[in-house]
Amino acid sequence: MIKKILIANRGEIAARIIRTCKKMQIATVAVYSEADKDAPYIHMADESYLLGPPPVKDSYLHVDKILDIATTTQADAIHPGYGFMSENSTFAKKCEEKEIIFIGPTAKILEQMGDKITARNVMQDAGLPIIPGTTEVIVNTDEAIKKAKEIGYPIMLKASLGGGGIGMQIVQDEAELMKVFMNHSKRAETFFGDGSMFIERVLENARHIEIQLLADTYGNVIHLFERDCSIQRRNQKVVEEAPAIFVSEKTRLKMGELAVRAAREIGYTNAGTIEFLVDEQENFYFLEMNTRIQVEHPITEEITGIDIIEEQIRIASGKPLTYKQEEIQKQGHAIEARIYAEDPETFFPSPGTITHYEEPSGDHIRLEAAVKNNSQVTPFYDPMIAKLIVYGKTRNEAIRRMQQALEAYKVEGIKTNIPLLIHIMNNATFNTGNISTHFINEQF
Amino acid sequence: MNEIKASMAGNMWKIVVAVGDKVEAGEDVAILESMKMEIPISAEQPGTVKEIKVNEGDFINEGDVILTIE
Repeated sequence: MIKKILIANRGEIAARIIRTCKKMQIATVAVYSEADKDAPYIHMADESYLLGPPPVKDSYLHVDKILDIATTTQADAIHPGYGFMSENSTFAKKCEEKEIIFIGPTAKILEQMGDKITARNVMQDAGLPIIPGTTEVIVNTDEAIKKAKEIGYPIMLKASLGGGGIGMQIVQDEAELMKVFMNHSKRAETFFGDGSMFIERVLENARHIEIQLLADTYGNVIHLFERDCSIQRRNQKVVEEAPAIFVSEKTRLKMGELAVRAAREIGYTNAGTIEFLVDEQENFYFLEMNTRIQVEHPITEEITGIDIIEEQIRIASGKPLTYKQEEIQKQGHAIEARIYAEDPETFFPSPGTITHYEEPSGDHIRLEAAVKNNSQVTPFYDPMIAKLIVYGKTRNEAIRRMQQALEAYKVEGIKTNIPLLIHIMNNATFNTGNISTHFINEQF
Repeated sequence: MNEIKASMAGNMWKIVVAVGDKVEAGEDVAILESMKMEIPISAEQPGTVKEIKVNEGDFINEGDVILTIE
């Protein structure tokens, strides 16, 4: 069994991982940048080390420094969390060279699923339906125009190495495509180091539904049901819920089965998520695979009672899965709201100092926070400062609990999206469940 | 002379104009990156870019002057 884990991440997810490590009596090493020197997670770890200045290339993406600290502290594993190094195959390979366990799938899988075009092709071969679109990279506007004509407008333009909603845009017609293609390609080059793009058909009124998977190194794969993550802004999730009760049980089971089969087919290991778009007729299409723990994993934990981080660590230690598929039960309904430091109307970021901070508490309220009173929210990293998770026997009960918890959550000194989240919980369309990925755009 | 200031702290990702360029009111002159988001900075009044005070890649604070327009 793994005895000591270095957490190559920050904020709420670092705190979340440390919590499970403590439960499993595993020692922890935290790393941090100068911008995070007062962050709560640092004090939770058994040891902590400064990586360097705030920019990510000097801190959380500084591969050699992180590996040096892991070696010096004799950590036998690294948990990458989400973002940063979590889907970086080069990093996973370097861990292997240093005989440090990378808590995640193999470098080969990270490579395949990180390139979105390869992922589409591999998953189609593994039996998943994919959204009609291009099977090869597009590098110039002329090619894009030709392909878009074949697929039919509106189209979704995406970066091949993209993620997190960056480098993605719906394009309505040829004139717009001519205007934006090179811009997005250049942006992808800057953010991901590769300007290759691809095109998919746009599915109208689709929901984002994803299947949580666990796979051990003995070929056992199970799913922990699904999550509905349709409430998004700028193609990033804002509210997630589990189970996805507005899709029929039959379709959801089918998605789970196909996802398990595909994961087994590609030789997947550790925790992962296959994301789908589901249209009004309940046709579903592979969107992408996230080869890491996800931000919204707690809602699955709440309805199944399984600690996904614990399973990740057990799998990485070479243990077989704790559960068989038929032992996985779900109960009740869970909702997560992501608390972003941003203007609730324009969605522009709002860095600054938190001058007053009061957390909600109560039965079935779980808060995973990265901040406290007087915390500095810096411009260097993602705007998510916390996740609020509630559980209820029914969806209505969960919504009511979320309303109350949001009303009780006080964050002053910076702007947050809490007012928007309250509006969402009170919104009639949200309450009836008739939502798609365009919900925020259409309703607010 | 009109100073164009940063609306929030962040990294100067791109300056899209050069000294001597004519800009319209509302036209983007620079793009700031903050919390993994691109924030366009636009000119409030029309004019000619007189001086650029920051470099791409610089970290700038809220209220820092990015460039001046005449």
